[in-house]
Amino acid sequence: MIADVYIELKEGVADPEGEATLKALRLLGFKRVKKVSTVKVFRIDIEARSREEAEREIAEMCEKLLANPVIQKYSIVWRE
Amino acid sequence: MDREEIKVAVLRMEGTNCEDETVKAFRSLGVEAEAVHIKQFYSDMIRFEEQRSVFDYQCLVFPGGFSAGDYIRAGAIFSARVKSVLRKDIEEFIKMGYPILGICNGFQVLVELGALPGFDEDKPLAEKPEMALAMNDSSRFECRPTLLKKESEKCIFVKNLKKDVVMFPVAHAEGKVVFPSGKEDEYLERLTSNDQIVFRYVDEKGDYAGYPWNPNGSFYNIAGICNATHTVFGLMPHPERAFFGYQVGRREGYGDGYCIFRSVVDYLEKL
Repeated sequence: MIADVYIELKEGVADPEGEATLKALRLLGFKRVKKVSTVKVFRIDIEARSREEAEREIAEMCEKLLANPVIQKYSIVWRE
Repeated sequence: MDREEIKVAVLRMEGTNCEDETVKAFRSLGVEAEAVHIKQFYSDMIRFEEQRSVFDYQCLVFPGGFSAGDYIRAGAIFSARVKSVLRKDIEEFIKMGYPILGICNGFQVLVELGALPGFDEDKPLAEKPEMALAMNDSSRFECRPTLLKKESEKCIFVKNLKKDVVMFPVAHAEGKVVFPSGKEDEYLERLTSNDQIVFRYVDEKGDYAGYPWNPNGSFYNIAGICNATHTVFGLMPHPERAFFGYQVGRREGYGDGYCIFRSVVDYLEKL
């Protein structure tokens, strides 16, 4: 089973990388860009009996390592 | 304890830096210090004479650098490795009153470990991180001297510091102190009432000021904090890079960083 784990900044947390990218895109002439957010994706290939079981384990991974709950949130999208 | 009996470990792994400066700073004060790879504490692939226990030492330092390439988040992988093999030992170490210092990346490791802000004396490592050191507001790596105002009387790492304002260099991209959204005031109140804020960024007049004096946009200009027992201390600036006078453009004597190392050695001598 393969899951994409998205690590995003929580609402209200400053995203200087996103803002700097937005500024650069505007300078390049992409005037219609309204907002850029940085998101990190970890593609995780995991062996598990069920999706539920794997999802529980991935949630634990996020809490223990992949995300800092103070500024980040995570979501899981299954690829296969 | 006598000064010659004191042993300090500076923890190394892939990508840490300034271990040598930190070791040299301690050694010049007459205590024993060595850089120890994290594997020396747990791996059975290590030669017997190189195996170490946390309890061989009375002070641990997490140095600066880019441990594990800053992958995931700065300090996250170093902290995961420490948690998986040394969690109980480190908790015991802190409870015994032995000091831990985290410089720059080391501060990030202590935050990820849940050792800072470390409000709960009975549980020195929180289950989850309670604060974050986020990307600098400037979105850049900020590398230059900073001025820091001493704020704590109780932190054992600044007891010997007589000056109000010191100069230590910073060199980081992720150093902005962030507390959980909506809880900032509550955190500030707890930190202030318990004398846990150790250094805040100031300008050349000694006033709290924004960028570039505050290099990262840290909440309340915080540069360094300690835990509730005042024995675990993390800061973004590098005191070991301002230890000797010659590191800060003076031929003789010591830089402001000297007092940090001197204070912890004084503390250990009284234990």
